[in-house]
Amino acid sequence: MNRRIPITILAMLSASCRHAPSPQPATALGAAILKVSEDTIVGGVGVMPDQPLTVQVNDADGNGIAGARVEFTDSAPGLTGADGQFSTRIRLGTNAGRYTITATTHDKTGKSLQTTFTAIALDYRQTLGRELSEKHCARCHDPQSTAERVSNRDNLATQPHAFSDGAALNQISSANLIAIIAHGGTALGKSPEMPPYSPTLSTSEINALAACIRAIANPPWR
Amino acid sequence: MALKIRAALRFFFGDSARAFGSLSVILLILLAIVPAKDHFREWLHYQNGYQTLIRDQPDSVALTRRFQSGVQQIWLPEIGVTDRCTTCHVALTEQSLAGAQQPWRPHPSIPHSLNEFGCVMCHRGQGVATTVEEAHNSTKAWEQPILPARCVESSCGQCHERALAGTPGLNEGRDLLAGYGCVNCHKLASPEGRNRTATDRPPSLKRIAEKTSRAWIFAWIKNPPAYSATATMPDFQLSDDDARDISAFLIAQSTPPLPSAPSSLNVDSSQGADLYRASYCASCHAMQNAAGRIVGGSFGPELTRVGSKVNPAWLTQWLHNPAAYLPDTAMPHFRFADKDIAQLASFLTSRTDPDFAVNVHLDPAMPAQIAHGRKLVNERGCAACHEIDGIARPDNFAPDLTTVGSLPLAKVVFAPDLAHTLPDYLAAKIRQPRSFGTAMKMPRNTFSDSQVDALVTALLAQTARAQTLPAALRIPVAPASGYQPAGKAGKLMNDLHCLTCHSINAMGGSMAPDLSWEGTAVQRTWLIAFLKNPNTLRPALIRRMPRFNLTDDDAATLADYIMTTYQTPAFDRDEPVTPSDAPRGRELYYGKYACNSCHILDPDRDKGYIGPTLTQAGLRLNAAWIFHWLKNAQALRPGTLELNWNMNDDDARAITTFLMQQKAARK
Repeated sequence: MNRRIPITILAMLSASCRHAPSPQPATALGAAILKVSEDTIVGGVGVMPDQPLTVQVNDADGNGIAGARVEFTDSAPGLTGADGQFSTRIRLGTNAGRYTITATTHDKTGKSLQTTFTAIALDYRQTLGRELSEKHCARCHDPQSTAERVSNRDNLATQPHAFSDGAALNQISSANLIAIIAHGGTALGKSPEMPPYSPTLSTSEINALAACIRAIANPPWR
Repeated sequence: MALKIRAALRFFFGDSARAFGSLSVILLILLAIVPAKDHFREWLHYQNGYQTLIRDQPDSVALTRRFQSGVQQIWLPEIGVTDRCTTCHVALTEQSLAGAQQPWRPHPSIPHSLNEFGCVMCHRGQGVATTVEEAHNSTKAWEQPILPARCVESSCGQCHERALAGTPGLNEGRDLLAGYGCVNCHKLASPEGRNRTATDRPPSLKRIAEKTSRAWIFAWIKNPPAYSATATMPDFQLSDDDARDISAFLIAQSTPPLPSAPSSLNVDSSQGADLYRASYCASCHAMQNAAGRIVGGSFGPELTRVGSKVNPAWLTQWLHNPAAYLPDTAMPHFRFADKDIAQLASFLTSRTDPDFAVNVHLDPAMPAQIAHGRKLVNERGCAACHEIDGIARPDNFAPDLTTVGSLPLAKVVFAPDLAHTLPDYLAAKIRQPRSFGTAMKMPRNTFSDSQVDALVTALLAQTARAQTLPAALRIPVAPASGYQPAGKAGKLMNDLHCLTCHSINAMGGSMAPDLSWEGTAVQRTWLIAFLKNPNTLRPALIRRMPRFNLTDDDAATLADYIMTTYQTPAFDRDEPVTPSDAPRGRELYYGKYACNSCHILDPDRDKGYIGPTLTQAGLRLNAAWIFHWLKNAQALRPGTLELNWNMNDDDARAITTFLMQQKAARK
């Protein structure tokens, strides 16, 4: 045991040396930091989503400034570009759960200015749920259309909740959530436009959907 | 000094009683060492920590009852698992401890039980070790350190050859291996010995000079993404001289260029653009739009700069009948009129990029250059993907990757500054193949970080362990049935490449509905009209069936074949459905089952546009099909978006009756 401590320290030192960011001094200091990209990124544990995290550093007049240094949690720092923006991509955590990613810059007085993003790492079951929701649910529950599917949400009399809509979906107990997916909206006196997905989906698939809905809820479930 | 030692010896061993006493004390000390050493075991520290942790839990009594102290082991000799991980990871099944720190965190929910497969099967590491270092990361003793979380799906791939819904990374990686030609050079066999097959179709180059110019070939092989951002052709990092010689050879081995095309100057290319849209070319081909986004399918090549590539005379012939130039092309034979072809060709040739290949000036090729080009084509393995006159397809051109996922690290030469793990090595090799030596032949594709992760995950699934697992554990891909439609209609279907998008009898693509039982589903009159003009059956569909400009005879031949051959054995097409209460069917349609969420039946009131429109359901479908579809659509067309409604007979009959009355005139 004891012999390992100096080795560990050495290893940590060398590791920190290797990953130490090259000193990149700020050429400008901002007065505010704003989020440009969406607040939340979601993906399987350990993956690096293609979607970047982008912030903008503004001066006191609200114009983006170039050359302000921005540091993201667990990611190499950098300077804002001509548009005042800095983007980075991060790798999601190894354990499933929610992580707060902080973007920091400093103003003229040396005070740190921060804004935070949420990164949600999904475990196997939640990932399965997310994949299933993309096929069976997203056309109605996701207001956004993609290159592969057109959103049907606005065509419905009762607007379905987006799966990230924690404010609404967290009010539904897990048993009820699973019952709505399995037996349709009418099972709980809600709209029949939500069809029953049992037996199209198996019990474990329906549980996976519910697990995904809980994992990506914003505000968080519980 | 010697006196002192002698005195001490006399004191402890001077007589037999003293010697006996001293030896007993020494023996006691020696005996005490063993339990003392045990007391400081690393795993004991974690087990003690766990007991402290659960003391304050609300379910502490149950947790304590289930806790087993001492070294734990999962032993599964038939799959070679001896895992002691549960000695420290004591709470893998205790879901009430979610959120606890490692090593006491419960395992996320997965479809397998711990006692069935152990830990190392999925996570790697050294199962028999009982210290943190040796179990997870020891480079001294173990070739398989713990897999990083981003690659853990690879372990599913050891048994699951068939795509799993819950492993998007592994699936994407396997698709990339097949779609980017990796498997054309590398062998990647499954334990059944079946090699992964490529899904892209690099064209034969035997007639390349008819299609394009030497300058285009030069610019393309120098930098494929400059021509097409979605190119699957990799970058071989060729020098100008090498590209000059390869292009010279490719032109030299080809049939001669075509004479220049008859002028089509009087044609309006905007009409061609309309025809491009109306023929749904974008279902297969992508093009960059005004906003700079690449929109369209990926079956065929991207056409953003096609005017900078193709010879107009060749394009005209190609649009007449693609198979005449490339017999195994996936492009259907559109039966365009000459006027249409002129318009389309005019539109496509107008899609040029003035910056592409603008600085390419090639002098006429010298025989020595052509000979050098031939040598390079052999060395670079071009014929592994492309058919080239006089060059045989090389066998085993690149290393066999069948068990690359368990490549011993001792065999890997790591580039400086590269972490010594297999995933890092594979990722670096994919990103910059030449960073491991300039003599490397492997070309480079431009992959995003997530694509590299996916590729590494798919490669790590190719383990030696996978080759030796019991056959009962393997879930292989269902092999393609090899079905081919026969006769006159079969010839027509091959000409139209129906199976590129549609699947029939377990053969074909997945872009369009399975047609195995289409003859039971639809009515002949409707089918003929549809084949002649595939209308907007599904309003929200982005990629859709093109119009092939079929003659009446062709449409009738196809319809007869489909009506006769593609029938389900489950029920008869003409099976009568007892007429029921249509108004009740309407009530059920709009009320209980809310079919209007997805289907438009009355264009004035219904909005849902996911499923096909039902305005003419009574002219399109057979009653028996609707009835059985409402009961269990998944059984009729597995994977359809329609749910399995499991509807009772009364409701199904009422809705069938109601739908069969829908015979609105087409708008």
